[in-house]
Amino acid sequence: MITECHPCNISGCSWWSEVQMGPPDPILGVSEAYKRDTNPKKINLGVGAYRDDQGKPYVLSCVRKAEAQIAAKKLDKEYLAIGGLGDFTKACAKLALGDDNEVIKSGRNITVQTISGTGSLRIGANFLSRFHTEARDVYLPKPSWGNHTPIFRDAGMQLKAYTYYDPKTCGFDFQGALNDISKIPEKSVIMLHACAHNPTGVDPRPEQWKEIADLVKKRNLLVFFDMAYQGFASGDIDRDAWAVRYFIEQGHNIVLSQSFAKNMGLYGERVGGFTVVCKDAEEAKRVESQLKILIRPIYSNPPMNGARIAATILNTPDLYKEWLGEVHGMANRIITMRELLVANLKKEGSTRNWKHVIDQIGMFCFTGLKPEQVERLTKEFSIYMTKDGRISMAGVTSGNVGYLAQGIHAVTK
Amino acid sequence: FVPGLFNVPQATPVAVFKLSNDFKEDANPKKVNLGVGAYRTDEGQPWVLPVVKKVEKIIVADNSLNHEYLAILGLPEFRSSASKIALGEDSPAIQENRVGAVQCLGGTGALKMGAEFLRRWYNGNDNTKTPVYVSAPTWENHNAVFANAGFEDVRPYKYWDAEKRGLDLDGFLGDLESAPKHSIFVLHACAHNPTGTDPTHVEWMQVAEVMKRRKLFVFFDSAYQGFASGCLDKDAWAVRYFVTQGFEMFCAQSFSKNFGLYNERVGNLTIVARDSDNLKRVLSQMEKIVRVTWSNPPSQGARLVAITLNTPELFAEWKDNVKTMADRVLLMRASLQAKLQALETPGTWDHITQQIGMFSFTGLNPKQVEYMIKERSIYLMASGRINMCGLTTKNIDYVAESIHETVVNVQ
Repeated sequence: MITECHPCNISGCSWWSEVQMGPPDPILGVSEAYKRDTNPKKINLGVGAYRDDQGKPYVLSCVRKAEAQIAAKKLDKEYLAIGGLGDFTKACAKLALGDDNEVIKSGRNITVQTISGTGSLRIGANFLSRFHTEARDVYLPKPSWGNHTPIFRDAGMQLKAYTYYDPKTCGFDFQGALNDISKIPEKSVIMLHACAHNPTGVDPRPEQWKEIADLVKKRNLLVFFDMAYQGFASGDIDRDAWAVRYFIEQGHNIVLSQSFAKNMGLYGERVGGFTVVCKDAEEAKRVESQLKILIRPIYSNPPMNGARIAATILNTPDLYKEWLGEVHGMANRIITMRELLVANLKKEGSTRNWKHVIDQIGMFCFTGLKPEQVERLTKEFSIYMTKDGRISMAGVTSGNVGYLAQGIHAVTK
Repeated sequence: FVPGLFNVPQATPVAVFKLSNDFKEDANPKKVNLGVGAYRTDEGQPWVLPVVKKVEKIIVADNSLNHEYLAILGLPEFRSSASKIALGEDSPAIQENRVGAVQCLGGTGALKMGAEFLRRWYNGNDNTKTPVYVSAPTWENHNAVFANAGFEDVRPYKYWDAEKRGLDLDGFLGDLESAPKHSIFVLHACAHNPTGTDPTHVEWMQVAEVMKRRKLFVFFDSAYQGFASGCLDKDAWAVRYFVTQGFEMFCAQSFSKNFGLYNERVGNLTIVARDSDNLKRVLSQMEKIVRVTWSNPPSQGARLVAITLNTPELFAEWKDNVKTMADRVLLMRASLQAKLQALETPGTWDHITQQIGMFSFTGLNPKQVEYMIKERSIYLMASGRINMCGLTTKNIDYVAESIHETVVNVQ
């Protein structure tokens, strides 16, 4: 395969001659294209990053306060443990599982700090690939976050799917999901989005979650929860974690990825957690030792800054309270934008059913737009979104919602 | 009903962290930690560089900054200024637009990205059989980084001559001559970890000649630039020499030690390619690997370094801070050697001042190391490696006496 010419001193000859140009990332590439666009009316509805009503990034007030507190402490910069900052990982687990959770009390969870949600999923994938040798298949909902597939694949797992989204209703295909799940081979891994499903914004109702939990138990599947939007879906931390807690209550020993990118606005600080709920504290110790072995050859130990901010917020009562309020505020602004978008579409004269825009939950809306329509929106209106018709509601403002409605109506009428 | 996770065995802990743990639990008031590789002041305390404190205040005061995602490859001003540090501002390779970089999580992250890329794209596609050579001895994590990236054949190249306590140049060159073509060699840019023994310029030139002739891949690990001699340019001599020799190569840089930013995970994988077109394609594939590992890197540390490197007064202050650290290490080396000579400790101790950087390979054998730990509460790695930064004017007499007693009583 390698050519025989030598790279040194022979012009044009390179080790990398056969390296192909990689395509732009389907999600992050959208932002990069948006940046290059010079149209003053452009709108970025690509990546899931929250924007305030002026379309500006929002640094949470509790974050600023936490930063000030941390700065005053004059801490050193010594390496964290491989598993991360203890104050963070404990609080991270409590946030997901609830303060009084039996799992935490009995010490049968291991929670490590990770490089945000992606890093958490990757560590999880690596862990399952190495130790869950009974089954190599991971079942993702159809559709799922675009990066799930390459992460698990790169870790050596095989990807399959179960029905989830119903394009006819732009809602949850509950029966379809149950049908597919009932056929999943035992011990396979099933990925569930804890809340605010990405990209569809379609979440099961509690009664539906109960049936899913039952069926998953019957099928003896290993549950991998991805919770990237706790607080962002309903505005309520506990409500958004309900499914995770219910499954654990029902005896599922889950694995769980958490991200603080969105709910604390700590995107670039890369704050996340990976939890394994084990059968007992002894197993948790063994699992912890193996997670460290996985982490060390990737990045040795995680970054301090974001974890310290998150820990400060979670562990300081008035900052925690303020944070809950701010998350609630962000979720509310998104709900308002959903309503405004639908109202504006009606005003434009659209006769299509846009109810799903309001029914869907969390940062994203699966508009139902087809790739050709998305392309037109981007080319003719400079409105940027992913090809699957997903828009980040966080990028919608009272200032641009009218233009957005215009564009969507134009390509769908 | 408890699916899944059976048969997860307890893993053995990473040696260097276990050492720190044991040190922590030791009640002996005279205990000394010569284990983990982090700088300490003469008071035995961690040191946040004055320039870092300054820049942190600048960042806090700047309301235009937020916590948004960086690009997949990281902060552009960080990547380019970090590469300049390694290659030199006026590097022809930079001027020819054939140098690129990936911001990574520490030196480890940079090695990881480089390893993953090489496994996928070097010497064929997914060629896991390409031998990867790491020095004997080397930083223990090198093995795991390359093995976990999929390389099946990670092997040692001769490096440390235990008898003469120096570089085994003949052995090193011999392994270069006999390595299969296209083998990957991980080279320590300066301040070799754990031996503190670097090739001289002439020796590096010999290494380069063989590598060029035999078509071997150059992968530098640069974790101590500035820390070895106190001078950034001097410490980068080998890396820059290889660039002048026309190599396409990788250089994994860490800013953990020279910026004291250990826990912010600031690293940079510098890529020197044949031309900008090859570089572009390489970077596009690096993005794919980053995306399935951590999506994009952490912003705080990179910002800190970028502001420092790109602001003349701050850059000057940083170089000064680096020199402060390097000078203290040099002082401790000289001191320890002098004391051992004064005690007439058996053996030769010149290697302590000849070796460079944070670490010294004392030459103590495992039994002697165990004695030091158990009887003297002086913690060092089983290899006999000590962190010079663990020495202070207050503990150096105790350490010197302990080494003396150990060498005399334990063979």
